[in-house]
Formats: sequence, structure tokens, C-alpha cells
Amino acid sequence: MTILIALLKAFLVGGLICAIGQIFIDYTKLTPARILTGYVVAGVILGGGGLYPKIVEFAGAGATVPLLGFGNTLAKGVREAIQEEGLLGVLTGGLGATAAGIAAAVFFSLIIALIFKPKSKS
Amino acid sequence: MNMTPEEYNELTKQSSPRSPFIKDFLMAFAIGGLICALGQAIMMAYQSAGMTEEVSGSVTSVTLVFLSILLTGFNVYPKIAKFGGAGTLVPITGFANAVASPALEFKSEGLVLGLAAKMFVIAGPVIVYGTCASIVYGLIIYLFGLY
Repeated sequence: MTILIALLKAFLVGGLICAIGQIFIDYTKLTPARILTGYVVAGVILGGGGLYPKIVEFAGAGATVPLLGFGNTLAKGVREAIQEEGLLGVLTGGLGATAAGIAAAVFFSLIIALIFKPKSKS
Repeated sequence: MNMTPEEYNELTKQSSPRSPFIKDFLMAFAIGGLICALGQAIMMAYQSAGMTEEVSGSVTSVTLVFLSILLTGFNVYPKIAKFGGAGTLVPITGFANAVASPALEFKSEGLVLGLAAKMFVIAGPVIVYGTCASIVYGLIIYLFGLY
């Protein structure tokens, strides 16, 4: 039962965050690249301000999987790195905390792009 | 068929689909929600296998990134994105797709300035502004002792 509730919370909160993005697509001229960038920067602000960690606590992957969570991880990484390394942590924290996702995206993309043939857009 | 303009308007109103906005919104909600629920399931599986919460979160991201890029290779993710809209864009799978998709598409322009350079057409701005925002945040909390 707790598993089902956790899945439902992730579905509802994650779905809502995505649906808000859809409003930006339908009602503004923002391109996908700008929406993704905006979500990450908003995640840094919401994460740094302390609101987003509470949403993560409630919704789990529903909050960490959307790109707001990526921004939240950047802010969290910086905060923790400053605690350990002082001023240097300002520079190392963000990319350090998100390195797994970025490195995975780059590495898997290279492999897949080398193996597969591009599909013609129809 | 004889009908007044009013009747005709009524008929077209009935047969035309619901406003695309409502449909877009619900599709984004459903697809985005499902991707997040999948992430939650993967994360809980890793945790029950003994990973800490912190590690399981990162490994879940890596797993979703891998799945998304694989589905991009098979041209499946773009098909889901056609009706998922922001539901496929906003999750980390959308970020991964934005890295893999131009890499694949511009492979023909070379391995360096095609495949590798175009990987960052969308991911680049995300990383640039995300990192810089986190540095600004870090400077603020460092200077004011808020960490």
C-alpha cells in the first residue's frame, strides 16, 4: 500500500509539473530549449529557497525526475560542497552533484548515435 | 441536407474535438506523470536492493537517461513525444532525448562538429544557465553564511 501511495504521489506531482510546462508551450512562444533552461534555473531558485526539498520529500521521483529536480540538485550540491570545501564548493558543487546524469547522457548519446542510423523525419 | 447556419454551427461544435489545450494538458499530465511514477518504481527497487536514498536517486536518473536515449535510437521516444508534449520534454528523459537526438541527426556532418558539437545545442544552454545560477546561489549563501 505504501508503495502504491508513493507511486501515486510521484504520478500526480510529476504530472502536474509537466502539465504546467504544457501551458508554457501552448500559451507562450517559448521554445523547448527555453522551457528546459527555465525549469532548471527555477529549480535552482526553488531548491535554494528551501521549498523544493519539501516537494521532493513528499513526491520523491515526482519531484526529482522533472528538470526542476535537476536545478534542485545543483543548488543542493553547491550547499553541501560549501560545507565541506568552503568557497571552492561554490564552483565544484553544482556540476559535481549532477555529473552522473550529464556524463551518462553524453556517453550513451555517443554510443547510440554511432550505432543507429538517423530516421528521416516524416 | 438543409439546415440553417445556426444548426450548422451547432453540428460542427459537436463533432469537433475538445479544445486542443485541454487535451494537450491532460496528455502532458498523464505521460509526464507516468515517467515520474516509473522513476519512483525504479528508485524504490534500487533502495530495496540496499542503495542509500542519495545514491538510488542518481542511479535512477542514469537509468532513465539510458532508457530515453535507447528509445531515441529506436525512434520510439520522438513518437511518444508527439502526443506527450511537455510530458516528454520536462522530465530528465526529455533532457537526455535533447542530447541524443541532434547527435544522431547531425552524425552525417562529422564526428566532431556534427555528432559531438550538436549534442549541446539544447543541453548546452541548460547546463550554462543552471550551473551559473547555482554559482550565484552559492556565492550568496557563502557570503551571508547561510549554508
